[in-house]
Amino acid sequence: MAVPVAFFAVFFAYPVAAIVKRGLETDGTWQLGRITDVLTQPDIRHVLWFTTWQALVSTALTLLVALPGAYVFARFDFPGKQVLRAVVTVPFVLPTVVVGTAFLALVGRGGLLDEWWGVRLDTTVWAILLAHVFFNYAVVVRTVGGLWAQLDPRQEEAARMLGASRLRAWRTVTLPALGPAVAAAALMVFLFTFTSFGVVQILGGPTFSTLEVEIYRQTSEIFDLSTAAVLTLIQFAAVGAVLALHAWTVRRRETALRLVDASVTARRPRGAGEWGLLAGVVGSVAVLLFLPLAVLVQRSLDAPDFGYYRALTRGDGGVFLVAPIEAVGNSLEYALAATGIAVVVGGLAATALTRRDAGRFVRGFDALLMLPLGVSAVTVGFGFLISLDEPPLDLRQSWILVPLAQALVGVPFVVRTMLPVLRAVDHRLREAAAVLGASPWRAWREVDLPMVRRALLIAAGFAFAVSLGEFGATVFIARPDNPTLPVAVARLLGRAGDLNYGQAMALSTILMVVCAVALLVLERLRTDRTGEF
Amino acid sequence: MLLSLQDATVRFGGRAVLDGVGLDVAEHEIVCVLGPSGSGKSTLLRAVAGLQPLDSGRVLLDGRDQGAVPAHKRGVGLMFQDHQLFPQRDVGANVAFGLRMHGVGKGRQDERVRELLDLVGLPGAGRRAVAALSGGEQQRVALARALAPRPRLLMLDEPLGQLDRSLRERLVVELRELFGRLGTTVLAVTHDQGEAFALADRVVVMRDGRIAQSGTPLEVWQRPADEFVARFLGFENVVRGTVTGEAADTAWGKVPVPPGAAQGARSVLVRPAGVRLVAADEGLRCTVAARTFKGTHVAVQLHPTEGDGPRLEAACALREAPEVGDAVGVEFDAAETVVLG
Repeated sequence: MAVPVAFFAVFFAYPVAAIVKRGLETDGTWQLGRITDVLTQPDIRHVLWFTTWQALVSTALTLLVALPGAYVFARFDFPGKQVLRAVVTVPFVLPTVVVGTAFLALVGRGGLLDEWWGVRLDTTVWAILLAHVFFNYAVVVRTVGGLWAQLDPRQEEAARMLGASRLRAWRTVTLPALGPAVAAAALMVFLFTFTSFGVVQILGGPTFSTLEVEIYRQTSEIFDLSTAAVLTLIQFAAVGAVLALHAWTVRRRETALRLVDASVTARRPRGAGEWGLLAGVVGSVAVLLFLPLAVLVQRSLDAPDFGYYRALTRGDGGVFLVAPIEAVGNSLEYALAATGIAVVVGGLAATALTRRDAGRFVRGFDALLMLPLGVSAVTVGFGFLISLDEPPLDLRQSWILVPLAQALVGVPFVVRTMLPVLRAVDHRLREAAAVLGASPWRAWREVDLPMVRRALLIAAGFAFAVSLGEFGATVFIARPDNPTLPVAVARLLGRAGDLNYGQAMALSTILMVVCAVALLVLERLRTDRTGEF
Repeated sequence: MLLSLQDATVRFGGRAVLDGVGLDVAEHEIVCVLGPSGSGKSTLLRAVAGLQPLDSGRVLLDGRDQGAVPAHKRGVGLMFQDHQLFPQRDVGANVAFGLRMHGVGKGRQDERVRELLDLVGLPGAGRRAVAALSGGEQQRVALARALAPRPRLLMLDEPLGQLDRSLRERLVVELRELFGRLGTTVLAVTHDQGEAFALADRVVVMRDGRIAQSGTPLEVWQRPADEFVARFLGFENVVRGTVTGEAADTAWGKVPVPPGAAQGARSVLVRPAGVRLVAADEGLRCTVAARTFKGTHVAVQLHPTEGDGPRLEAACALREAPEVGDAVGVEFDAAETVVLG
C-alpha cells in the first residue's frame, strides 16, 4: 500500500499541485475569484456542455457496438480469433493524433467516402463519435470479455432450467455478474472521451472543442496558465464526481463470482443466429476498425519504392536530430520500463484494495487511482516539467521520466483490469491457505496469483499499449534526441509537405505493426499458461 | 488441555455472535459443537483458527495464548464447510499444499500425499482435477489436505453437510474410526444431531452464541438441559407444569416424573416411547392426527381433545398403531419423563 501511495504522491499529486499553484497563485496570494470568472464565460460553458454530451453519446455507442463483440470473443471459438483480437486492440494503442488523421483520410475532404460517394463527415460530430468508438472498442472487449470468458456458462443453464428464456437468463444471471466489468469499461470509455484530445483537435475543427483541447489551447497557444489551471480543476472535479459514483456502484454490486477456466467456456457457434452474430461482429470490426487502418497503410505506401519508409532512416536534421526510425527502439524501451512500473504499482494497489479489512482510506484510494486518467495528460506532462526539475527530484535529464509519466497513465488500467477478478476470488480460499500454514504474502502468491495471472497479463498488455501510444504527457518531456513514436508522428504531421505526411503515415504503420506483434506475443503467452491450471 | 477457550466473545455490529464461551478440548478428544444455524458454531471455529479476532476473552493452545499468533502459525487444521479446494491445482497438489507451506521436501511430500490418499480411500487420485470430483470425493480430499501437515487440532465445519444421507452415515463411522486410529484431536461443528452423536466423545450444544449444554452424547440425549436443547434434539413432547413430589400438573393432566426430580414450575419432557396408548375412555383423551412410518416404529401424532395441551407424539409398534381419526387414551411412563431446567 505504501508504494502506490508514495508513487502517486510524488509523481502525480505533486506535479498537479505545482501547476495549480502556478495558475492560481500570484505573489503569494490565492486568486480564487478566477474560477468564477472563467466559469461565467459563455464559450467555456459551451465547451463544458459539448465535452459532457459527446462523452455520454460516445460511451453509449461504444457499448452498443462492442458488447456483442465481447460476447463473441468470450464465448465463441472461430478460426483467426487471436488475429482478430489483436486487430481489435490495435486502434486503442494508436496515438490519438493518428486515429484522428486516419478518420480524416476516411471521412474528410478527399477521403475515401468523399472520393466514392461525395460524403464528408469531418464537419459533423459523427466523425468524432465514430473515432471514439474506433478508439475504445478494445476497452469494452478486453475488460468485459476478459471476465465474461471466465463466467461459468452453467449458471445461465441453471436459470434456463428454471424457466428463463435465453435473453432472460442472460439478463438476470450473466448481466448482473458482468455489471462491475461493464461499469468499469463504461467508466473508462467515458473518461477517455471526456478527456479526448487528439481526435477532437483534428476532427473537431473550430466548432467542437473539449475541455482537454481547451486546456491545451490555453497552455500552449494563448499562454493563459491561470485559465488552464481553472479548467484543469473543473475537469478534476467532474472526473472525481464520476469516479466517486463508480466506486459507490461497484461496492454495492461486489459479489464473489464462480470463475472457471476461460478455455473451457468458448465453443463453436451453432445455428444461423450465432453465425449471424459472429458475422455481424466481424463485419462491424472490418468497417469500423479495419478500414481506417487499411486507409492508413495505403497512404503510407503512396510513394514509389517504399519512399516514405526509406525516408525514415535518414537523419537529415530537418525535423529530428536522429533518424525517425530510432523512435521505434526508444518507444519499446520506455514502454517496457513503464509496463514494469505500472504492473508493480497497480498490482500492489489492487491487492491492497481487495483486502477485506481495507479501511475507508484504502477504498478512497481506489477512486484516487483513476484520477490520472481524468486529469489532462497535457497537465501531467507540463506538471512533470515544472515540478521535477529541481532538487531533491531533478529528473529532467533522466530517461526514467518518460516511463514514469507513461506508467502513471498505465496504473489505472492495471488496477481496473485486476480488481474485478481479484474481488471475485473467494476469500475463504485464502483462509484455507492460511490455516494450512501460508503467510498472507504466500497465500496471495499461491491462491490469488494463479487465478489472476490471466488478468495480470491482460493488464500488462494494456499498460504496454498505453505506454506505446501515450502522447499528451510524453510530448512535453521526451528529449529531442530520444523521441517516442507518437511524438515523432506528431512532429512529422506538424510539418507541411507530402513527404512529411507520408513519413508520418509510415511511422504510424510501424507503430501499428509493433503493437500488433507485441499483442500477439502476449496472446500466445496467455494460451500457453492456461494449460498449467 | 490442548485447547482452551476462556470467555471468548465476538460481536458483529453490536450483536454477540460468541457470548463469553468457555470450552476445553483434551488431547485425543473428539468434541462436536451442535447448534442451529446462526448459533455461532462456525465463528467459534474461525476464532480458534485465528481467522476471526476475538473482541474479548482468550484462545489457548497447549496453554499458550494465541491472541498474537496469526492463522498460518497456529498449527491447527480447518476443513471448510464447502471444502474450498484450490480449483487450479490437482488433487495431489491440494493435499501437498500444507506440506509445502511447512517446507517439507518434495520426496517426503509425495510419500505423504500417497499415504493420505490411501487413508481417505482415494488411492492414485493425485493427478485428478478437483473440479472432476464428486461431492464425497471432494470431502475426502479436503480431509486429506487438512490432515497432511499433522495439525495438533483438526477442526471440521459441517464436515458432511452437503453429502447425501447414506454416504453421510457411512463416512461418519469411517471418520470416527480414522480419528481414533490416528489419535487426532477433533473439534467439529454440525447442525445434525445424528452426525454429532455418532462422531463425538463429547457434545456441546450452542444457542445464540452461548453454550447451552455439554456432555457425552448419552448424557445429552438422556437429560437435555432445557427446553431448547430438548426441542433441538427433536423432542416435541414438552409442556410447562408444576412439579410436586413425583408428579407434574400440566395441560395434559397429571404426568408422573422420576423420583428426585426438581420441584416447582418446570418444563416437562416425555419421550415418545413414554406415551402409552390405552383404551379411548382412559387417561388423556386424544384423536390421532397423523401417523408416520419410521422403519422400526410408527410415530403417531395425537391431538388432545380435553384440556388445552399441545400435540403429542407417541412411538408405537407397527401392529398396534391406530388409524388417523381414531379416538385413543394416553398415559405417561415416569421412566421416559424428564423434568427440564
